[in-house]
Amino acid sequence: MDAALIPEGAKRCSFPKFMLGIAIVGAVLLWGVYAMLLCWFKGLNQTNMNDYYGFALWIWADLAVIAVGGGAFFTGLLKYIFKIDELKNIINFAVIIGFICYSSALLILAIDIGQPLRGWFIFWHANVHSMLTEVAFCLSCYFAVLTIEFIPNILENRQLNKVPFFHHLAHNMHGVMAIFAATGAFLSFFHQGSLGGVAGVMYGRPFAFREGLLIWPWSFFLFTWSAAAFGPCFTLLVTRITEGVTGKKLVKDNVVHLLAKISGWMIFTYMIAKIIDTWYWAYYTAPGLGFELSHFYTSNGFYGYWILVAEVIVCGVIPGLLLINKSTRENPTFRLVAIVLAVIGVCLNRWVMVLQIMAVPVMPFDTWALYIPSWQEVATTILPVAYGIILIAVAYRYLPVFPQELELNRRSEVRES
Amino acid sequence: MIHDKKAHKYGMVIDLDKCTGCGTCAVSCMSENNVPFKEDESDKKDSITWMRVYRLTNNKPFPDTEVAFLPRPCQHCGGKGDHGHSPCVSVCPATATDYGYDTGIVSQIYTRCFGCRYCMAACPYHARYFNWWDPVWPEGMEKYLSPNVSPRMRGVVEKCSFCYHRYQLAREKAYASGSDEIPEADYQTACTTACPAGAIVFGDLNNPSHKVHQIVKPDPHPDPLNPDVVGKSRNPKVFRLLERLGTNPKVYYMSEREWVRKLGDHYLDGEWDKVKNVYGSASHE
Repeated sequence: MDAALIPEGAKRCSFPKFMLGIAIVGAVLLWGVYAMLLCWFKGLNQTNMNDYYGFALWIWADLAVIAVGGGAFFTGLLKYIFKIDELKNIINFAVIIGFICYSSALLILAIDIGQPLRGWFIFWHANVHSMLTEVAFCLSCYFAVLTIEFIPNILENRQLNKVPFFHHLAHNMHGVMAIFAATGAFLSFFHQGSLGGVAGVMYGRPFAFREGLLIWPWSFFLFTWSAAAFGPCFTLLVTRITEGVTGKKLVKDNVVHLLAKISGWMIFTYMIAKIIDTWYWAYYTAPGLGFELSHFYTSNGFYGYWILVAEVIVCGVIPGLLLINKSTRENPTFRLVAIVLAVIGVCLNRWVMVLQIMAVPVMPFDTWALYIPSWQEVATTILPVAYGIILIAVAYRYLPVFPQELELNRRSEVRES
Repeated sequence: MIHDKKAHKYGMVIDLDKCTGCGTCAVSCMSENNVPFKEDESDKKDSITWMRVYRLTNNKPFPDTEVAFLPRPCQHCGGKGDHGHSPCVSVCPATATDYGYDTGIVSQIYTRCFGCRYCMAACPYHARYFNWWDPVWPEGMEKYLSPNVSPRMRGVVEKCSFCYHRYQLAREKAYASGSDEIPEADYQTACTTACPAGAIVFGDLNNPSHKVHQIVKPDPHPDPLNPDVVGKSRNPKVFRLLERLGTNPKVYYMSEREWVRKLGDHYLDGEWDKVKNVYGSASHE
């Protein structure tokens, strides 16, 4: 039915089967849209947020999707600026994942603010001292860059590419993509960092507050570093899931191994910096303000030392080591374990830097505040996941996302025969 | 327009030994400032209380149990070094909250706030409140709303303004009378005037003739042990909440009781004994 749109030579499931899958995920998406409309029309009283939890599940989701979407800018930087040519085989997919992550972040922000129609005030009445202002500007600009990076891939659709203008436009855009990759890396450095700065500058919250360099708290640099480190793991994870769902090998092992190796070293070095930061904060910054480390991890029903160990050791140091070591990196099971742990680790870091900050009591006579999100919050957080699955499915079906797909699957077909 | 020779720095001192926890300050504040309320106010985490009264205890068993009440308005922080970069003002992305260098008052521009709640996250005193619902008053009660204070809409943040409208009225009155000075009695917050125990004293911390200045005796120099802290009280019975963070609040508290003063901040083991009888008890080495 839609054979004319499918890349030449590529095999895809039947159209009804495809639509059935889209319909199932689409139902989840509609559930999220319904919750979103409730929040827009009835207000944020639809959530379980309160005056202790002004930042909650959505802000975590925002930070998490932007962190895991960091694979787009970092892979682009490696491919176009550092000229690591093998990564051309995964860059399209990294860009699509980044596009999904950033568009999701913008959508979540649009739901999260109390007066969505005034969202543009952040640009119009910008306070240059606020990290959130920097986030808004860089995020919007970088989303525009990602859109530009995505366009050539869309124009390579079998039918669109027949139009000479689109064909040449796509070709020429590829030619100048290094400029956009450099712009994207520059913007990403600042918006990933400023998201870390959002927490780090809150000097009224000793759990969040970090000293730093000039106007930037250390968390500014740690967020950028962690996004570059863990983002490629998410790209690899989604690639692996897509391979599992389609039943095809889509990217050659040498490409996967290379990206995993770079990611491993980035994670390892990030973890060293993170441990130094945590140690300095625990032994100098917080005690200087009268707080012992135990204040942040005891006397409550959820946030124990386990979360620190899980973030730093289990989901940080361990995946870093697994990906650095050649034998474990090239072992599919160990590699999968490592990238899953890494993705959980960076999401856990963002959780801590949003929700635990809100939970910890600051005034001596105050108490811990825990919160459970409402179904509307959960549904609107799942909404971008459903949207992402649909966009990946459509892109994979109709666009030449994986340049090595035909070669890899021709070989396997020959081997089978 | 009045051009004062020296900027005001309005603040208050609350005597916790006089406070009975009656809540009159909170009620008068809500009434004066058109603060909306919910049908069920039992969950305090999403109800709006510009002035919230906390109950403190020394955590000792009977018969040594002691209780104190701590009214907590917005602390109108001057920020690190008292430069006006209070925790909330510096983070607001849309400049919807501002620091008045002529008054020391932290303002909130409701019509500019778009409800991101970053200021709430940054405030360690939980002095900022979000309008989770549209404000609704029982039928007929809307006739009793103060005409001097704009009600707030759903989706924006609000907080104590030190009854800024009263400052505006006092300023206009002074102007009309041809005076350069706003008399102490002409600008008093609703909570100050309503407190039956006289526990709240409000005025200009920069004006030596004002009672609040005489009680607090603010040190104009930065704390030598912590240069972020400015305006520390030279009265050993007076303290500020979380002074060590460097937020530099303009709300001071006073108590003869040591355990009450100790609850104003966090101290590591042994620190309190070193500083408890020293001016500016939050100093530490």
